[in-house]
Amino acid sequence: MSPAERPLSPHLQVYRWQLTSVMSILHRATGIALSVGTILLVSWLGAASDGPEPYAAVQHFLGSWIGLLLLFGWSVLLYYHLCTGIRHLVWDTGYGLELNRVYTGGWAVLGATAALTVVSWVVGLAHWAH
Amino acid sequence: MTEQHTHAPMRSPLGRAIGLGSAKEGVTHWWRQRVSALALVPLTIWFVIGVIGLAGADHATFVAWVRNPMTAIFLILLLIATFYHTALGLQVVIEDYLEREWARLATLLLMRLLCVLFAVRGILAVLKLALGA
Repeated sequence: MSPAERPLSPHLQVYRWQLTSVMSILHRATGIALSVGTILLVSWLGAASDGPEPYAAVQHFLGSWIGLLLLFGWSVLLYYHLCTGIRHLVWDTGYGLELNRVYTGGWAVLGATAALTVVSWVVGLAHWAH
Repeated sequence: MTEQHTHAPMRSPLGRAIGLGSAKEGVTHWWRQRVSALALVPLTIWFVIGVIGLAGADHATFVAWVRNPMTAIFLILLLIATFYHTALGLQVVIEDYLEREWARLATLLLMRLLCVLFAVRGILAVLKLALGA
């Protein structure tokens, strides 16, 4: 039996984009990106343990435009993965799996991600300015 | 379970009793991922609040923060939970997309190695800061 003769199930490209699938894909994508982001976290701790000069170099980089952009991206991805992750834990209890609730939850996650990001950066930048 | 079989079950009675399925590990991976996720919810929120408080902090302020025993404990727990959860998550991604057995195994081993390396590096940094003179 040749594998090519068997019918293949429709793959991603034939489906219309919808909130449910996009958010599921993004949960995995943000997880992969955050794996790389944790290396930054370890470098930051490592630099601090190496002494004031390496620490100052990392702080200088994080305070630059590229550093702030990376931190901003990291915070958005982290909040998104955290919120969708909590939603997965809720789903695991068997709650919120009806289609309309999945959509409500999806928009709630996007709203919470935006709100948490904005609040964090307003507070963080205000703190930094002092 | 009050499962009624109108035909012979696909799985042997022993296989059903052990309940580990074709992957031979049952819900172990799934469960570990949920438990580490649950631990990461409060740890992540604690860490983000701590980092926001440290915005623009100098080295002395940072060291004083890590020297607080609670900070050191939570940082080490965060590092363990993060890299454990990362390894479990990346394992699923690698198993989903890498078909060739040797490529899958090599990537899995490399990924595990890197997760352990970064976790140990982070924990040592915290210990050095927390216990150092």
